[in-house]
Amino acid sequence: MGKLSRVTQPVISVRDLVKTYGKVEAVRGIDLEVGPGEIFGFLGPNGAGKSTTISILCTLVRPTSGVAEVAGIDVVRDPSAVRARIGLVFQDPSLDGQLTGRENLEFHGYLYGLPAATRKQRIDDALSIVELTDRAGSTVLTYSGGMRRRLEIARGILHYPQVLFLDEPTLGLDPQTRNRIWEYLHAVRTREHITIFMTTHYMDEAEFCDRIAIIDQGRIVALGTPAELKSKVGGDVVTITTPDPAAAAAQMRSVMHLDATQVDGTLRVEVADSASFMPRLFTELSVPISAVSAHRPSLDDVFLKLTGRAIREQESGPLDMMRNMRRVWGGRR
Amino acid sequence: MAEQVLSTPSLPRAQAANVRGATLRAVYMIWKRDLIRYVRDRMRLVASLAQPVLFLVVFGSGLSSALSGAGGGFGGPGSTLKYVQFIFPGIIGMSVLFTSIFGAMSIVWDREFGFLKEVLVAPIHRSAVAVGKTLGGATQAMIQGLVILVLAPIVGVKLTVVGVIELIPLVFIFAFTVSALGVAIAARMRTMQGFQVVMNFLMMPMFFLAGALFPLGGNLPAWLSVLTRFDPASYGIDALRRTVLSAAGVPANLLDRLGLTVFGQTLSLWTEEAVLLAFGLVMLALAVHGFRQRD
Repeated sequence: MGKLSRVTQPVISVRDLVKTYGKVEAVRGIDLEVGPGEIFGFLGPNGAGKSTTISILCTLVRPTSGVAEVAGIDVVRDPSAVRARIGLVFQDPSLDGQLTGRENLEFHGYLYGLPAATRKQRIDDALSIVELTDRAGSTVLTYSGGMRRRLEIARGILHYPQVLFLDEPTLGLDPQTRNRIWEYLHAVRTREHITIFMTTHYMDEAEFCDRIAIIDQGRIVALGTPAELKSKVGGDVVTITTPDPAAAAAQMRSVMHLDATQVDGTLRVEVADSASFMPRLFTELSVPISAVSAHRPSLDDVFLKLTGRAIREQESGPLDMMRNMRRVWGGRR
Repeated sequence: MAEQVLSTPSLPRAQAANVRGATLRAVYMIWKRDLIRYVRDRMRLVASLAQPVLFLVVFGSGLSSALSGAGGGFGGPGSTLKYVQFIFPGIIGMSVLFTSIFGAMSIVWDREFGFLKEVLVAPIHRSAVAVGKTLGGATQAMIQGLVILVLAPIVGVKLTVVGVIELIPLVFIFAFTVSALGVAIAARMRTMQGFQVVMNFLMMPMFFLAGALFPLGGNLPAWLSVLTRFDPASYGIDALRRTVLSAAGVPANLLDRLGLTVFGQTLSLWTEEAVLLAFGLVMLALAVHGFRQRD
């Protein structure tokens, strides 16, 4: 039994990883393992330590302590060897707008030492995966935000990396484009047999991952498949809108023995079965209720349960706004 | 799934381990990218000619008539050399100097727009960035300098085939040296704000002190004379001037009188090029060092 599990060596292995900037502890002891072919999502609000962790794995930042190995290679001891085996899609765009899509890929092919004999074929393949073959001859300045991301993904896989790292790959894109990007990532995984490690603060995107780690304030608070994590929230989530949430919460505690949390002026409560719960709600509470809704637990609910905060609260900081602006205007430099 | 992954052919991965080969190819590609951008940016090509034309046609012609009043040309009685002809090689030097510095500053631009990251995370030696950028900037600057030669007939400087061929390596070495200096600075700059500082405190002083517009062999005040000798561009422009003007038939003794001297000695072309190249190589080493530091 033990032998079988040894066959699948983890592609990424992190043990007790710590990174401090002066007095700020960005990462406070993270452990995780990612197996080959997995799509692993790193979830959390801004400033949770996602980007720091991914930067350490990509050899861009040195850890303060702890061990991080990618493809079996220590990121501190042999960063060059790690870099040769990983593909990167950065949070901020890093294409040359004055070059064509194909030229951007050629540049990358040279940097990563793709043999001349296979370079062109490989570029054609990568372009076709992200469906940019038609536009390969246009300068990147003429590309939309979604097309640029796709080109960056094509570039990230060009040199046959074992792991593709993506830092907030869908940030600033509209929902439709975000879904397309995910289709491409799944296509990449299937065609290239590659491990994908990505960060996001969009909870809904985590559903596209095989496994996710939820990180908050530099620590992993939960790790598992999306289904496993959602099962941490029992049954259904009921959201109650009422003019007096505090009183309603107090009554629910005393009368119904339920622990409701107050979020953005509404009450949230986890129940085993929302269908039978709702009639009880109206008969047992004297506080007026203006609206009730129930849904299957999402990862938002998981995050809320684990941290006591909604992830949305921190979703859009000034830096994101700036990034989004740059996504939009960056092309017209 | 795991078995599939393990059996995936990984031929290029072995290739990628060859960091040195990749670094050489990277130098080539970084150089090529600069040239692609240069050729594609036609506006810059045209705009970059405007300043030399202004200097030669307006500034040069204007001063020519003022300076050649007392029977004879620029550089003393009996000389037929006009001022505009004297500064012509200096304007080639100006074009090389400015293009080299601007070329190097594109590194800061790449840093701000994220492209530099793509290069810095590649499994190549960081020196590839410094060398590739220096060669890229130098090549652009060399072209920009040589393009000025088309203005030679306007100012009455005769060109010979041999003279132009001799000029090419001189222009390139000068361009290389200034580019290396620019890259050494740009490697340490984080924002475009510093660019104005570089312009005002490096590029313009280098240009004015280089003797592009006045003879360094004249009776300069001692302080100015000393400063000009510390400007590497002085050596580059003096070499260009000797080569262009002697090919055009200007007597050597006049060129010696107007040209650069160090401790009263005129320098040979080889000495001047050696000084330039030595300075350029030191700058290149500093540029490589500048990229070694992790961001």
